[in-house]
Amino acid sequence: MRPATAGAPLLELEGITKRFPGVVANDRVDFDVRPGEVHTLLGENGAGKSTLMKILYGLYQADEGEIRLRGEPVTIESPSDAIEQGIGMIHQHFMLVPTLTVAENVALGLPSGRRLMQDLSPVQQRIRELSEIYGLAVDPDAYIWQLAVGERQRVEIMKAIYRDVSLLILDEPTSVLTPAEVEDLFVTLRQMTDGGRGLVFISHKLHEVMSLSDRITVLRGGRVTGRTVPSETSREQLAHMMVGREVRLAPNRSESDVADARLAISALEVLGDRGTPAVTGFDLEVRSGEVVGIAGVSGNGQRELAEALAGLRPVASGTVVMNGVDTTTKTPKEIRRLGVSYIPEERMRDGAIGEFSVAENLILTSHDLPPTSRRGFLNFKEIETGCSDLVRRFTVKTPSLETPTSNLSGGNIQKLIIARELSGEPEVLIASQPTRGVDIGAAEYIHTVLMDQRAGGIAILLISEDLDEVIGLSDRIAVMFEGRIMGTLGQEEATVQRLGLLMAGVSEGEE
Amino acid sequence: MLAVLGANPMTGYAALLDGAFGGAKNLANSALKAMPLLLVGVGITIAFRAGVINIGGEGQIIAGAILSTLFVLGFPDVPSFILLPLTFLVGAMGGAIWGGMAGVLKSYARVNEILSTIMLNIIAVQILNLLLRGPLMDPGEIVKGSRIPHTERLSGNADLPILPGGTRLHLGVLVAVLMAVACYFLLFRTTQGLRLRAVGHNPFASRYAGMSVKRNVVLAFMYSGAMCGMAGVTLVFGSEGHRLATDGGATTFTGAAGFNGIVAALFGGLHPLWTIPASFLFGALLVGANAMQRAVQVPAALILALNGLVVVFVVGSMYARTRLARTASESREQGEGSDSRSPERSGDPEPRNPP
Ligand SMILES: Nc1ncnc2c1ncn2[C@@H]1O[C@H](COP(=O)(O)OP(=O)(O)OP(=O)(O)O)[C@@H](O)[C@H]1O
Ligand SMILES: [Mg+2]
Repeated sequence: MRPATAGAPLLELEGITKRFPGVVANDRVDFDVRPGEVHTLLGENGAGKSTLMKILYGLYQADEGEIRLRGEPVTIESPSDAIEQGIGMIHQHFMLVPTLTVAENVALGLPSGRRLMQDLSPVQQRIRELSEIYGLAVDPDAYIWQLAVGERQRVEIMKAIYRDVSLLILDEPTSVLTPAEVEDLFVTLRQMTDGGRGLVFISHKLHEVMSLSDRITVLRGGRVTGRTVPSETSREQLAHMMVGREVRLAPNRSESDVADARLAISALEVLGDRGTPAVTGFDLEVRSGEVVGIAGVSGNGQRELAEALAGLRPVASGTVVMNGVDTTTKTPKEIRRLGVSYIPEERMRDGAIGEFSVAENLILTSHDLPPTSRRGFLNFKEIETGCSDLVRRFTVKTPSLETPTSNLSGGNIQKLIIARELSGEPEVLIASQPTRGVDIGAAEYIHTVLMDQRAGGIAILLISEDLDEVIGLSDRIAVMFEGRIMGTLGQEEATVQRLGLLMAGVSEGEE
Repeated sequence: MLAVLGANPMTGYAALLDGAFGGAKNLANSALKAMPLLLVGVGITIAFRAGVINIGGEGQIIAGAILSTLFVLGFPDVPSFILLPLTFLVGAMGGAIWGGMAGVLKSYARVNEILSTIMLNIIAVQILNLLLRGPLMDPGEIVKGSRIPHTERLSGNADLPILPGGTRLHLGVLVAVLMAVACYFLLFRTTQGLRLRAVGHNPFASRYAGMSVKRNVVLAFMYSGAMCGMAGVTLVFGSEGHRLATDGGATTFTGAAGFNGIVAALFGGLHPLWTIPASFLFGALLVGANAMQRAVQVPAALILALNGLVVVFVVGSMYARTRLARTASESREQGEGSDSRSPERSGDPEPRNPP
């Protein structure tokens, strides 16, 4: 670690308190960032990290406390105030306009961007230059909706660099990235701190925290419960500080009886959003009691594969058989009724309705089945008991069942979706990035649940960019590259290195 | 502003208040005026909640009125207690068919619903005028040769019974309130309502959860149209002439309820129960404007325009407020919620949020 930069802090937060109905999200939090350092904010889902950062970015106003920038007290009433003060933020959920191009998104909100007609060529030019300097591969002419999550994230970073911020907040920037992308990101971030910028970093991945941070502050229940530096701590210790108990970092695998095939994909071809093949010649079988992992860099057809299996995207050719039934042309509802559950990658778009209450989202997929409803009428008593049970079992942190889901913290929304998808006792589970954005305590729980389900005989297709997760949970791992399977490895032979090569498109023979 | 027009504002507004709320008779008139607004408003609310905008209230009112009139002309002798419910049902069907067309066009031919409902309004008015000048014209008018475009006096068995209390209030007012409550139940207590609201908020997640966005858009229009169709029934069978009539112009017998109902719905915060007081206030405003016209000799149209401005301000500020609150809460985790609803996904129906 580099020595902490001396001199006045860039940013000081003092005694910040923020209350929401039913929760104290921040409780007298002190936090500071010095120029040229990465200060990590660590904490469980719902600990108040995003809230603190949103106060800093002007999205929320603190109930109490003071913000000082370069020693001067400031009031930040809106994101535009924050941007003016040189503060940038990369949100946990992206804030890009999907119908615009990369360049348009970057220009959006710039002073000159307010003009009706704008010549974007200088913006495009500058984006190309900056992507050279920072090694950020972004195509200024691509439309956001065409981009995979990892690519979208690079656009967010590009936006911040373009605006030349002096303080950048990164709220779980790595939760959507592959290890290689994370490495690239860290190089970019280091380049930014070397230029004297200060960074606030939020992540649930402890090895990232250990490798990137200069200092670490731990939040629990809205309060600062610890401060440390990487050289004086370990992953286990950090986990303990966050959760307040021992956490098993590697999932516990047990034996399970593998039986007949529950999911059989053959010669599958699926088109992507741009109309070009996203999945081609794809064959895979998942048997009951088995977890098959799909590893791969995001944007190599995983999303399209999952959507096609769930019936959300048409199959161009090939067949999908689930639970003995050909589901190639079935609707999402018919597929669900066959006992197929799906944890989608984009939780706020596909997985939940932000305006709906926690309870409404929990019954979203089963609302028309008894006992949730009878003869078309919702059975509120049943819903109340069923949902409180799910919320308790999956430790979804929410003030009440009536709370709008968009008020939950990111990780808790994910837990809500998983609770719902597993509540129907599925036979086949398609899980896309199931632990993205959830804290280690919750990830441990989700892994345990997945392993239990596997032992109970369901077939799980696990699509994940977290290699530790894929290796830890899967019986077999297929690596996807450009829409095909580059290779399949058994659990024992899979290592990060071998997977990494396959993910880069190098087949085993070529090594 | 009234002063500018050379009238005493005090007298004017006193007349407005008195005309709208002064005494049982005026209150009853306000309630009668509010009745179709409430039915339409509730219908509009359902559509809005499902993420579609129904500007077709006028056409659906007319469709409901025509179909129920034809029905009563065909079965004039059925006893009242059977005929009345059936008339409402037929009227609702008429509106549902007319509204459903806009839904089908949107879901399966990607025709913008604002466009299609406006077109359907125009078509409905033309059909009405054609029918009333031709086959449906009162035979008595033809004999007399005056040829006023309205039907004969419809069967007394289908008259909406006057409620006790000595005012002109009739059953239609009760039906309207009842339907508002029923729609509250539909939207918030039934699986169908959950699906409508889900589709309105987030078509992607709805599709993911196994709902058919297209089907629910059509259904939303049908429910919405059914409410407007019932408004048509109350306007025909609760009218003083007990007949279907037209002035030959664009608004016919509806008194623009198909449009005013939209205002009532927005004023009621797109909640079926709040639409009840909102419609009443709006109905009172319409009645009061007439009284004011009589008192200060300012054209009612102008007064309505003034009051319209008031409504715009009220609704506008409410809208701005909810909007602000929404953006504030959305911009936390949910920021992408509204962004990511891009319509570009292949084969997806066009998602839309209620404004
Ligand atoms: N707008 C809001 N209205 C009500 N409650 C809120 C709101 N925003 C956040 N909360 C609550 O405040 C608490 C802290 O939420 P926050 O989003 O800051 O957590 P977090 O530490 O970022 O968690 P995660 O790791 O899951 O992203 C949670 O209990 C959350 O439910
Ligand atoms: Mg967060």
